[in-house]
Amino acid sequence: MSKHIVIDPVTRLEGHGRIEIFLDDAGQVERAVFQVPELRGFEKFAQGRPAEDMPQITSRICGVCPMAHHMAATKALDDLYKVDPPPAAKKIRELAYTTFMAEDHALHFYFLGGPDFIVGPRAPAAERNVLGVIARVGEATGRKVIAVRKRLRAVMAAIAGKAIHPVFGLPGGVAKRVTPEQQEEFKAAAEEAVEFAKFTLGAFEKIVLGNAEYVDLICSDMFTHRTYYMGMVDESNRVNFYDGQLRVAGPDGVEWAKFDTGRYLDYIGEHVEPWTHVKFCYLKAVGWNGFEEGAASGVYSVAPLARLNVAAGMATPAAEAAREQFFATLGPGPVHHTLANHWARVIEMLYAAERMRELAADADLTDPHVRNLPTATPREGVGVVEAPRGTLFHHYQTDEKGLIQKANLIVATQNNGARISMSVEKAAKGLITGGEVPEGLLNMVEMAFRAYDPCFGCATHAQGAAPISIRVWKPGERRACPHVYQVKAS
Amino acid sequence: MPEPFEPKIVAFFCNWCTYLAADLAGTSRLRYAPNARVVRVMCSGRIDPQFVLDAFARGADGVLIGGCHPGDCHYQEGNYKCLRRFQLLKRLASQMGIEDDRLRLEWISASEGERVRTVMNDMVEKVRALGPLGRRKEVEEEAVVA
Amino acid sequence: MKPKVAFYWCASCGGCEEAVIDLAEKVLDVVAAVDIVFWPVALDFKTKDVEAMADGSIVATFLNGAIRNSEQEEMAHLMRRKTQVLIAFGSCAQLGGIPGLGNLWNRETIFNEVYRDSPALVNPDGVFPVTEHRDNGHTLRLPRFFDTVRTLDQVVDVDYYLPGCPPTPNLIEQAIGALLSGKLPPKGSVLAPDLALCEECSRRDTKPEKLSLEAFHRPSEVLIDESKCILSQGVPCLGPATRSGCGAQCVEGNMPCTGCFGPTSRVRDAGAKSLSAIASMAASNDEAEIERILAGIPDPAGMFYRYSLPASRLRRKRQEAV
Repeated sequence: MSKHIVIDPVTRLEGHGRIEIFLDDAGQVERAVFQVPELRGFEKFAQGRPAEDMPQITSRICGVCPMAHHMAATKALDDLYKVDPPPAAKKIRELAYTTFMAEDHALHFYFLGGPDFIVGPRAPAAERNVLGVIARVGEATGRKVIAVRKRLRAVMAAIAGKAIHPVFGLPGGVAKRVTPEQQEEFKAAAEEAVEFAKFTLGAFEKIVLGNAEYVDLICSDMFTHRTYYMGMVDESNRVNFYDGQLRVAGPDGVEWAKFDTGRYLDYIGEHVEPWTHVKFCYLKAVGWNGFEEGAASGVYSVAPLARLNVAAGMATPAAEAAREQFFATLGPGPVHHTLANHWARVIEMLYAAERMRELAADADLTDPHVRNLPTATPREGVGVVEAPRGTLFHHYQTDEKGLIQKANLIVATQNNGARISMSVEKAAKGLITGGEVPEGLLNMVEMAFRAYDPCFGCATHAQGAAPISIRVWKPGERRACPHVYQVKAS
Repeated sequence: MPEPFEPKIVAFFCNWCTYLAADLAGTSRLRYAPNARVVRVMCSGRIDPQFVLDAFARGADGVLIGGCHPGDCHYQEGNYKCLRRFQLLKRLASQMGIEDDRLRLEWISASEGERVRTVMNDMVEKVRALGPLGRRKEVEEEAVVA
Repeated sequence: MKPKVAFYWCASCGGCEEAVIDLAEKVLDVVAAVDIVFWPVALDFKTKDVEAMADGSIVATFLNGAIRNSEQEEMAHLMRRKTQVLIAFGSCAQLGGIPGLGNLWNRETIFNEVYRDSPALVNPDGVFPVTEHRDNGHTLRLPRFFDTVRTLDQVVDVDYYLPGCPPTPNLIEQAIGALLSGKLPPKGSVLAPDLALCEECSRRDTKPEKLSLEAFHRPSEVLIDESKCILSQGVPCLGPATRSGCGAQCVEGNMPCTGCFGPTSRVRDAGAKSLSAIASMAASNDEAEIERILAGIPDPAGMFYRYSLPASRLRRKRQEAV
């Protein structure tokens, strides 16, 4: 019997990772560690760059969610130059952004995390992917998924120049106006997006919620953690991806804090463990008390489930109805079941599509005034958005010429780092209980992180490898890390 | 006993002015530091910044460009093109960690053999003080060790 | 039996993977024609599955991302062994890409930024991550993070290059078609047209014969006219020195080309060449005035070497100067 199992690499996510599982003599999991071996260093090589280059440089943190980085960076530029974009520009930006949210959430459901449910978590590895999904839902539906995604990508490219690594963000607005012809296509595409999101929600309800085994899995303790949650909301506490304040709810669902994005440093700290490269975000006022859940631990979660947990509602009707059904089914808020992220994500897709429809129909969209030129001397700016995978912070300090002196990026999946560690650990412990460990079971361990739709390229933007180490500690070992390691000079 | 450092200077001299000046220095038997490897180009405007970076990458410790005085270019405006490129290249080189004294542009006319001597001696001493650039070794080693 | 094809990513962002998915319905034709045996973003095959394959049994591997650490270097060697035709896929693999800007720094300066000098950091004990950690009899390893980012061909022999950040779906489709039909150009070729971007730009007719600019403007400072050549408006656009094939998407988005397709075949150092082209356009013969004009370009290294620093002649900033 193997005492050391390695899952390498983790698959159907963005980024690099491996899971090391150590078994004791009885075949029980002694420790499970999630390591992310990659790192590139954006915060360092941003130094010296003109701030207006940051939307295009930071988009290369992630080619799956480049629009998120581009938008956070662009908003940081507005703040840096203290320039307010004209109304048309804000609507154009938000239209591109909400289209992206719908598309990216769809990508995750059909290509990344969804196959585990649609094809089955223990299906043969060769079938657990989008091709298996197409085989299961039928080629006509499969082609529809591909066609809708293509249309949404075309909308993004029409507005932003490119879908992968947009170019349109500038301080005070956007680079290009929208024409009336384009607006007609955007409206039609939005209608299709709403229908498609409803179809996806229906598919989820049928395939996942209609399957008792899956529902048990979602609600199982093995895939549950009771942590704090954070997300961006508008003035009525409804989910907003583009702008608003940040709201934090405790494990009991009660509002713990609500703050302006510019004050994030008052609330969020980054913790370093000696055995991993990624820094773990936590709530400073609560404190870091290890990889623990509960009100006494500063560990918190972001992304779809978290956003639904902190919000009082969705700002569009069909999504709001879906949200109400979500909480009616899984119990009054907050919902702590990690796999419920998949459901929350589809609800968010519906909101994103409905919001796309609202913005596409807006008369201001084709206004040619899409830019206010900056006049102030730049100094410091913060830009925050809700990326598909969580809250994304860009913070720049520049000299008087607008060259970056310091950049701080706290990136979506990083906020989830601690909870992802805990989820993989708990799932490994719950699933592997002695005897042979079939490959399908290992895939179910991977499902523990896939629910978060993690992006480790994002989480490890900082230079110097940011692996996430997830460890299963023996009882009594949990809090103390007796060793302090220094980087080896070499 | 280790060899004292002798800077390797690559000098790009334009055919019509600086190269003739260097010739003149030679026929006048003016002695000066022998550290330069001279490359004759038809005009300083021919100098592609790639040549300069190539020289550094292949082991040059310093690069000297010599062209006609402003207004005297055999091809009218070639030296101005060189000047514009040189100014931006200097800033790029600085960002790459190449010190100011290692990259130099001088206008030297055909009759200024004396000036060739002065400039060459001055540059060699300045680069000697800076020490070897060491790029060739680094570039080769990075292929192995990174 | 269908030919085996693989995709892998090194120090990358996943954009090249998305570009393949952006083939949209054509992806179905691709998967009908080939057997994809390794593609971590989309399929569940693991590294051990690749190790178990016979050497050379994969017909083509599209490898994207730069080489930043030892794990990526090992994977590059593994994929090279198992593959007949290795394609450097995207700017990072071909030229180093944006992660290549890390070559203005090194491991020590980067680690210090992240684990010591970061604003949200709470690290009173000065803890840093290590390549080997032992705890309770278990050893956990992390790859060695190199001082210098390298391109793929600085590590293994590369057969072809697909340029772009990311390569556009039309070029990917053509490359796959060429592979399957066996009609490949000479080894070492870049699988994109060997012309400058200006040739395919829709604003070409508004580009003056002689570009002479009294000022260079940063895109944040001006409104860019949507109909005229961007360079003629004084905003540096690297179109003249960048390979075509992308459809000039950035210009269609009313922003300048930043050079992601890299140089044409006639250029060795992309940054030096584009610097030469742009600097030559300064409309002055006076040293002080030229300096004033060139001050409109505050960051030459970031502008001209944005995607290509590791592939450049000097490869990185001098370590002593970091």
